[in-house]
Amino acid sequence: MFSTEQSCWFIRKVVCWRAVASIAWAVLLLLPITAVFVILSRFSLLHPIQTFSECLSFLTCASAIFSLILMCGVIIMVGFLNLEYYTVIPTIACSKIALLGQLLHPRQFVNSLAHCIMGIIVAWCCAVTLGGRYETIGYPCTQGDGTDSSPQMCLNEYHLILLLAGAFVGFSHSLLAVISNINYVSFHTVQQYKYLRFKGSLPFVVKCSAAQALYSVRNYIVVYFFLGYIPKAWICKTLNLHLNSSVHPLDSIAGLLDLSLLYHQWISASFLLFTWNITLLLFRIFVTEVYSFPVQSSFTEDAHQCLPKVLTDKQPMILKFLALQDVALLSQHSPSRRCEVFSLSQPGGHPHNWNAISKECLSLLADLTQRLVAYHDTVATNGRAKSLSTGSERKTSSETSFTSATEDLMSPRPTLLLRTPASVFARFVVGTPHSPLTAPFTPDLDSPFASPALRRLTAPLDQCSPWFGTVQSPHIMRRAPKLWSTSTDSQVNGSPPASPASVPSPKQEPFKPSRLALFLRNRKEQLPEASSQALFADSQAHIWALEGLSYLVQASFSEDQFGVIQTTLPSILGCMLILQEAVDRHFKLPHASSKPVRSASGMGDSTYKTLRFALRATLKTAIYRITTTFGNHLNAVQMSAEHRKRLQQFLEYKE
Amino acid sequence: MCSLALFPAPLACGQTTLCESNNELLSGTATDHRLKQDSSPLSLYFPRESLKLHCRTESSSKAAFLDHSETLWMRSAAAWRDGGLTGLLNEITNSNTEVPKWLSVSSGFTLALLRWFSSFHGSLFPHLTMSSENMLAEFSQVLNWSDCVVRAFAWHPHADKFAVALLDDSIKIYNPKSATTPTLKHRLQRSVAAVQWKPMCASALAVACQNCLLVWHVDPCSLSTRPSSGCAQVLSNPGHSPVTSIAWSPSGSLLVSASPMDTAMMVWDVASESCVPLQRVGGGGVTFLSWSPDSSHVLASTPSALFRVWETRTWTCERWPCVKGRCQSGCWSPDGSRLLFTVQGEMVIYVLTFGDTPAGVPTCTSKGPQAAAVVADLSETTFNTADGDIIVGGEIHSLSWDPTGERLAVLLEGDPQAADRPAIIAVFKTRTNPIFELLPCGFVQGEPGAEPRMMQFHPNFQHGALLTVCWSSGRITHVPFYFLGAGVPHFGLSGSPSLPRPQERPADFANQSLFTELIS
Repeated sequence: MFSTEQSCWFIRKVVCWRAVASIAWAVLLLLPITAVFVILSRFSLLHPIQTFSECLSFLTCASAIFSLILMCGVIIMVGFLNLEYYTVIPTIACSKIALLGQLLHPRQFVNSLAHCIMGIIVAWCCAVTLGGRYETIGYPCTQGDGTDSSPQMCLNEYHLILLLAGAFVGFSHSLLAVISNINYVSFHTVQQYKYLRFKGSLPFVVKCSAAQALYSVRNYIVVYFFLGYIPKAWICKTLNLHLNSSVHPLDSIAGLLDLSLLYHQWISASFLLFTWNITLLLFRIFVTEVYSFPVQSSFTEDAHQCLPKVLTDKQPMILKFLALQDVALLSQHSPSRRCEVFSLSQPGGHPHNWNAISKECLSLLADLTQRLVAYHDTVATNGRAKSLSTGSERKTSSETSFTSATEDLMSPRPTLLLRTPASVFARFVVGTPHSPLTAPFTPDLDSPFASPALRRLTAPLDQCSPWFGTVQSPHIMRRAPKLWSTSTDSQVNGSPPASPASVPSPKQEPFKPSRLALFLRNRKEQLPEASSQALFADSQAHIWALEGLSYLVQASFSEDQFGVIQTTLPSILGCMLILQEAVDRHFKLPHASSKPVRSASGMGDSTYKTLRFALRATLKTAIYRITTTFGNHLNAVQMSAEHRKRLQQFLEYKE
Repeated sequence: MCSLALFPAPLACGQTTLCESNNELLSGTATDHRLKQDSSPLSLYFPRESLKLHCRTESSSKAAFLDHSETLWMRSAAAWRDGGLTGLLNEITNSNTEVPKWLSVSSGFTLALLRWFSSFHGSLFPHLTMSSENMLAEFSQVLNWSDCVVRAFAWHPHADKFAVALLDDSIKIYNPKSATTPTLKHRLQRSVAAVQWKPMCASALAVACQNCLLVWHVDPCSLSTRPSSGCAQVLSNPGHSPVTSIAWSPSGSLLVSASPMDTAMMVWDVASESCVPLQRVGGGGVTFLSWSPDSSHVLASTPSALFRVWETRTWTCERWPCVKGRCQSGCWSPDGSRLLFTVQGEMVIYVLTFGDTPAGVPTCTSKGPQAAAVVADLSETTFNTADGDIIVGGEIHSLSWDPTGERLAVLLEGDPQAADRPAIIAVFKTRTNPIFELLPCGFVQGEPGAEPRMMQFHPNFQHGALLTVCWSSGRITHVPFYFLGAGVPHFGLSGSPSLPRPQERPADFANQSLFTELIS
């Protein structure tokens, strides 16, 4: 993945350098962090001055410098893993099975292994730093009862317990990272300087590292109590060490309830997590920094770095996101760059810049609308047909789908749905393998429970279907999946039923779901809110598109000299109004409007859980921004009667 | 530069200010006024007796129940939940018969240490020792907040409706076009210090409460008179209470909130209920916030003699230390280039100029302002009226500038003890283009015995400016100022070029300019 992106100038020139800068700062910060760790780990209340002199002498000795170099290596590795695994679109598991699949993914396995090894290295450094009884893995001891006191090497269990604690904490950190989406990089609405952002989030990182270390150590102690003898025996065997029977073993209650041991484990785990989290924090701050793209360039060789070109790129996602963020910011804050957007090309007089920006933003919004409509259809059928096996419930579900279909017939649908090419949607579904949109849809595709509607939607250009040539009205197009929702696959290719009421018939069920499949299906439906989250996973892009478009349109009222915006104003308004309708419909679904539980613990960024609310608010604000700016002038804009009605609501402040 | 001497004398007793027309303030007797006002649906009267007040707070209900002996663990847990660390230590220290002696002694010692430290901290920032009610009263923009029937008032920025927060912690929303007046009540809605409608939105209303921020979503089409508390989002952050001031960004995307107890000012993304604290330690808290209409700057005043002006693109701030007291109030010119502010303990209005100054003024540099200039001196002035001498002037409680930038209303504190020194609203005529000018207009007075407590200009009044005043009697009145605007740059439809400004200054006192940028 990384090698394919290597070709992009942005990754090469910007993202990599940002990552390098963040790693450099993390390495620089390692020295003060280590100093604090040394002081905290050796502090004794009764001899404060002695502690400080000891710490100072330790920090200058060779072993400390060696462990510091090792730690630098670990930090660089962590930074590299951050760069490799980061994503601006979170992967949201829609079911517990999918989450399990993520955890058992080979890529994740490599990640966990790397974290384990790094945890052991950091723990070894900690052991060296702590000194005393932790310092070495073996120590000379005299085994036996004094008669044949041959000097032997015995296993130092304190050293081992610390090393294993490091491995355990590293492993659990990498697992928690998957569950809490720690590699998701979110963008802030408040643009602060990097130093201020770092300073502002430092206390939080300290707090959450300490808390996470506490929980990890607690779990580790339980694991070590039960399973500690396995690694102990293994290490003894491989390194040819002996167990000192005169020393109390640590995997017992008395051995583990050693307060100083617990404290040292906890502070080592905190140190480990804090250095890693700081690296992650710095990476996030650096990589999400605003990048200002030129709107237009006078040299053709720089044209690929200009905003209109960069916006249309699909592949590195970070580039697209930063470009959209730049559009949103320039539309708000910089009149001179807005002026470039509104300008005309010199020979020809075409508004190329505006056309490219508005086209890309509008296509993003249209994508989201399509996605919402498709999701709504599948949920309306899938969600209700919860227990397919009983015939009576099937009846009701088919009735409800019938009524909703007739409702659709009653209210005229906007025709733009049909006009937008279906391939837009298909691209999203079958396109990039790492797109989050595959998450809610693809698992269903090859399962036997996928409704025909879903299959139909994912392959909208199904030429074989007899419907393809005949469908003219969008109502039928939209109604079709609902009519077939409870019927079997065989009916798709058959002639359309004369009346919807004749569709359901329990006898037509060709197969009975097996018990295992039912179990799997039930597991699948366990996280209903997650599918809604997954639908809006990349909505930050849509939020910026909405902001950028609305601010540009607002500014055009006084700044657009050539009337560049006016030609696209109807399509912008139409697109926003359709999206508004789709979003409204989506929020009427159960679970869509329920707020996620606020869990501010951990380094995982949970902004993606509330993106749909942010999108809804931004959309409304964007429409209001246009209506308050243009007021009654909007009556002169050409649009369908339904849109005009909808817009009138906004003009009267009744939405 | 004694500005108030140039004002026309205050009205005689029994007369109230009705409106400004043809460049002079018209007055009438109180009965005329009431008749006229009662006919309009927006004039409201909330008699104090009609409000049902909370007679006891939540914690005092403990006294009504029998003392119930719980185990020490239960009591400690309850103390930790209610009072935090201090409560827990207090509980352990008080129940010294049940705990080991060393524990009670050590917790008592810790408690003493904590108290000593907090008193030391309190001596640095005296406002930290106040109770939250007193703090709200001290820093509110409402004069004499704790005794006020109408505690907060907000016009909707676009539609013709407003929200009124009352003494009984309820909020009512009035809309002349609809028959229903929704009443908003919430368990957490206590001691409302400020309300503000979200711009670019029809329904969202932010409320600054004692312990949290509430954002109500009141559907304008709904017929319900009691929206459920499910319509309110609760935004709270530990340590960020009481909230004394809130401000929406004019683009409607962000909300900032301030608390005198918290040195950080919170920037909320309301939809996702997340906040970014902007921490600056100096000053010991944030009391008053005001977002400039062009959304480029935010004024944040602190309880100390210091205020900050934040720039909203990268959220950096300029520090402005004052000589005498804290910044009491401030307001921005409609184009966001000028900030008027007042300082507690001084009787003058200062101006700060930001951004690029208008062309043709050679005296100003294009950099940020170096120092604030005095634009008006409102020191005490004695007027001879038919009812005897009236002393007007003194400290300024709040400032309000109308959205066209033509009228500036100043609420003077007066002296509640002295009968001849009433609180009064002085209105100035202002011009911001091409140069900043200040001219006297007159005093706005209400019925006899009613003092102005709070005022706000209507955000889009078509015929000039409309000042809404909340009086101590519980009455809300509207004073229109009819004039033709001089054409301030506008972004809305109402900003279409208006007629050239007629010669509207007759040759009396109004001709004397109090302040212009050219002579200062």
